[in-house]
Amino acid sequence: MSNKNSPLSPHLQVYKWHISSLLSISHRIVGIINFIFIILISSILIFIGTDAQILQMLSKSSTGKFLIICFCWSFSFQILNEIRHLAWDMGYGFDLKISRITGILTIIGSFIFTILFYLLGKNLF
Amino acid sequence: MVQFSLPQNSKILKGNYFKDKTGSNNLKKVKVYRWNPTSNENPRIDIFEVDLNECGPKVLDILFKIKNEIDPTLTFRRSCAHGVCGSCAMNVDGVNTLSCIKSHSDIKGDLNIYPLPHLKVIKDLVGDLTTLYKQYESVEPWLKTKVGEKTSTEIKQSQEDRAKLDGYYECILCACCSTSCPSYWWNGDKYLGPAVLLQAYRWITDSRDAERKERLKKVADELKLYRCHTIMNCTNSCPKGLNPAKAIGSIKKMLASS
Repeated sequence: MSNKNSPLSPHLQVYKWHISSLLSISHRIVGIINFIFIILISSILIFIGTDAQILQMLSKSSTGKFLIICFCWSFSFQILNEIRHLAWDMGYGFDLKISRITGILTIIGSFIFTILFYLLGKNLF
Repeated sequence: MVQFSLPQNSKILKGNYFKDKTGSNNLKKVKVYRWNPTSNENPRIDIFEVDLNECGPKVLDILFKIKNEIDPTLTFRRSCAHGVCGSCAMNVDGVNTLSCIKSHSDIKGDLNIYPLPHLKVIKDLVGDLTTLYKQYESVEPWLKTKVGEKTSTEIKQSQEDRAKLDGYYECILCACCSTSCPSYWWNGDKYLGPAVLLQAYRWITDSRDAERKERLKKVADELKLYRCHTIMNCTNSCPKGLNPAKAIGSIKKMLASS
């Protein structure tokens, strides 16, 4: 059979991306980003308080606003995709067509949620 | 640590270009992964110009044409050519499939043919599936009866119980799903992979089997089962239209609710 010199056949290099695999890897990356971001925001709120200068900077400057919108997206994306995972855990939505549709809905929904979250947050503060 | 890039001896080089000699107006460029175990060279991509006017409709027909008319050293597995045996599983146009049932007219542009991903290559398009077969053996894919029980009569099964096997017994173990799974790429030695887990489920859910609980217990393992993150590459690639992701989901659900 194969010997020590046998090469490894190409994998990531040649395999086509599907919506499901793309969402799966984004879910992980976004999860790590959210984890770090939430810890950061909470520690600012706990140790410095709501009148922290950094929060003022975030809500005033355009880069800050951009960061907040990014976070709104990563948060809504993860929540929506997590719902998908919960449905799978209960045994629903494995059908190829359905999983594709829910995948697309997750992407579209994440942008809608981003707008909602941003507007909601803007009115609160 | 997961290695995303290919090791040094697996980097793909440019290969030979086989120009068409027939003068046909209906040519397709077919790029095929080649590796010869008797040479010390890296794998390469050979490009063949194939005359589609004189060729059958499937990707396997193209490979036969290349082997018969252009380069007889091209090596690939095949047997039935009707999507039943599972020998000719390979990566065609970026997705694992059986080359005998994949029409080349579905693929626009050049045709890329690689062996099944993340396997040790034996030659050209032939990958080493030893690990997968060992894992298949480990789920003990045969009917088990209670010790001491009389087995001289047949074990009856209701039509409803029989229907539970639909979508699972059809698996031909071509390994398209397992080798499409990134989790299996990174943890192939420990994670059982979609093909084997689908087979495991096929025996777990069989009403005639007496060792359902033991089977479930055996597969309930952080690495063997729970490396599945529902990436769904398996279901996307299955040439028989089965759903390994659903089978794994069902095992997880059984374990959670038992």
